[in-house]
Amino acid sequence: MFDFYFNFPLWFRLPLQGLAVILVLFPLAAACSMAERKISAWIQGRPGPNRTIAPILAWIPGMGVLQRLGIFQLAADGGKFTFKEDGVPGHVNKFYFILAPILAMIPALTTVAVVPFGAYLDSAGKLVPIMLANVDVGLLAVFAVSSLGVYSVILAGWASNSKYPFLGSVRASAQLISYELSMTLSVLPVFLLVNAPGGHGTLSLVDVVAMQSGGWHGFTAQSWHGLWGVCYLPLSAFIFLVALFAETNRQPFDMPESEADLVGGFHTEYGAFKWSLFFVAEYCHMIVGSGIFCLLFLGGWNLLPWLPLAKLAGLLGIAASPLLTGGLGIVIFLGKVAAFIFFFMWVRWTLPRFRYDQVMKIGWQRLLPLAIANLIFYLLAIALTQK
Amino acid sequence: MTDLLFNLFAVFTVACAAGVVLCRNTVASALSLLLCLIGVAGLFALLNAVLLAVLLVFVYAGAVVALFLFIIMLLDVQGGERLPFKGATLASGVLAVGLLATGVLSLATHARLPAVAAASPAGSTLRDYAELLFTQYMLPVQVVGFLLLAAMLGVIVLSKKFAGLEDIK
Amino acid sequence: MAVIQVSRKPLTFAERTYLPQIVGGLKTTLKHFFAPNDTMEYPEQRPAIPPGYRGVPTLVYDPHGREKCVSCQLCEFVCPPKAIRITPGAINPDDPTAHVEKRPQEFEIDMLRCIYCGLCQEVCPEEAIWLQNQYSTTGLSRAEMVNDKQKLYELGGTLPDEHFKWDKKKAAEGGGHAH
Repeated sequence: MFDFYFNFPLWFRLPLQGLAVILVLFPLAAACSMAERKISAWIQGRPGPNRTIAPILAWIPGMGVLQRLGIFQLAADGGKFTFKEDGVPGHVNKFYFILAPILAMIPALTTVAVVPFGAYLDSAGKLVPIMLANVDVGLLAVFAVSSLGVYSVILAGWASNSKYPFLGSVRASAQLISYELSMTLSVLPVFLLVNAPGGHGTLSLVDVVAMQSGGWHGFTAQSWHGLWGVCYLPLSAFIFLVALFAETNRQPFDMPESEADLVGGFHTEYGAFKWSLFFVAEYCHMIVGSGIFCLLFLGGWNLLPWLPLAKLAGLLGIAASPLLTGGLGIVIFLGKVAAFIFFFMWVRWTLPRFRYDQVMKIGWQRLLPLAIANLIFYLLAIALTQK
Repeated sequence: MTDLLFNLFAVFTVACAAGVVLCRNTVASALSLLLCLIGVAGLFALLNAVLLAVLLVFVYAGAVVALFLFIIMLLDVQGGERLPFKGATLASGVLAVGLLATGVLSLATHARLPAVAAASPAGSTLRDYAELLFTQYMLPVQVVGFLLLAAMLGVIVLSKKFAGLEDIK
Repeated sequence: MAVIQVSRKPLTFAERTYLPQIVGGLKTTLKHFFAPNDTMEYPEQRPAIPPGYRGVPTLVYDPHGREKCVSCQLCEFVCPPKAIRITPGAINPDDPTAHVEKRPQEFEIDMLRCIYCGLCQEVCPEEAIWLQNQYSTTGLSRAEMVNDKQKLYELGGTLPDEHFKWDKKKAAEGGGHAH
């Protein structure tokens, strides 16, 4: 059915796929901003944005529900950000000032290339991941590219040439570098488990999901393959989670923004479209980060522990159709990501911000030793059990 | 295709490297270094050494240059006055370029490099890197690590004021 | 007075990890997430106005349809922000209420100046000016925000009156007891 597509040359196919993913990710990020507003409103006992509707659509029955959900507010916001006057303050370093938001988008949209977001069964019954680039270094590539995100914050703060953005960006760079360490250390046990002795060595996220998609074999050692990572690596998951909050600059770690003491942090001087780019980049980071967490610790595209996608497709009788299986996998994965993003927002509207010294203390004095102890524990445990 | 990309990345890398030295603005210099590193990562990727490319971006571009920028911004380092070239500077510069050129030329014309085993099309696996690191290059890696540790301790001693711990100096 | 040093209770390990508190907070916010909204969707839902509410000042008629205001101008004098301006006028001699002698020819309240203090209502000897339930006044220009006499009576309407002071006075005059 889709043979014609695979007959296109590679140079044409890859940009097309990339464009498709960006076209999905961008509205998803925008939808996240809407969800953020609605969730914050509901937590605070408000209805949230619920008035906007295009007059042309108002007569269609059922539109009222969408209107109450604030779907059209998205379009209004997007239009506003695009068309409102985009001023550049007089005292800034213009080149870097404009470069910074563009730079923010690059890692945000690039990381998604190596994140698998679903899988289907090919004719041989083998699970094929749906992703843009199935590289061996998978997770490392995500870390590498997303670590470049700090430059947009640094540049934005520095080029703004005023005190609050500057403080915000100095804080951001210190925080991002501090938590990267714990984050990287916390995922090592996962890959120690994935790479059984004698294997070829991989950092691929697909293999991590494969490790978590075993079936139920009674109370035998084989059954733990059906469990999700969070069950047998709870501490890793916890450290990764905390570091993820810090890396995406979300509450309670939103030091770079901290509107109470730094006005708006690194994007104080920004407005209109440039500001919205920062905003979208933050949500893209959140989506990709949630996706990585789901892949590492929440079983990726498997619906339940001990119920991998292949088995589920078999139960539903759609294993023969790659399209349906792939769709199912994507839906399950996106559902998990959505639930995780809800958790992000839930936490944001619950916790107050840490003080800066607390952030540094948690990062260096608590999380990092914990991550190292965790690594050593699993190192010994794996060495002793998998001789 | 690969040749074209190689030329592209090579020119890009050299241009950025020149930018590091020539930029008056320290932040611009640091950013040129960042681009230079990304160019080198691109060259590694062309050689099928994806892991090296990613590690270079992760460690150097992601963390080290960010630290450079952090320090530059924290200390508010200015470009400063550029001293005029002196005879000695010029002489040493010419000498350095001459030595480097001789080295590269002799390597290109006379060196007998061991025949490289045909690499797998996907490049070396992580396992290959790990084996080399933990067998053949174990000692150098440890020595370099120790050196860095010593340097770090030195920085701590120099920068921190140890009240009541005068004997540590 | 002796100062008593109260030592702070040391935090337990669980408290130092912040986690139980975070979980407790998450529970609280989740409860609110599913709770009904506390806000009122204003133009559709209106708040209940409590008795004694001080809304926009208005002028009222008595139940017989007579303008209560006799343009004594006490409110104009007492008004702290000087929002009221009254032009007094005489009542026609052939009017049934001619014995009241005066009524405002023009009565303006500048709602951009009014501070809703209610002093005008308090000072009025005729109970002619009332701060009623109306709380939302809007306009597109400054001129629109000045309520003239017609607008004030429109807003005020008729309020019940127990005394009918001027009717009694007229009856007394008819009986030959002028004062």
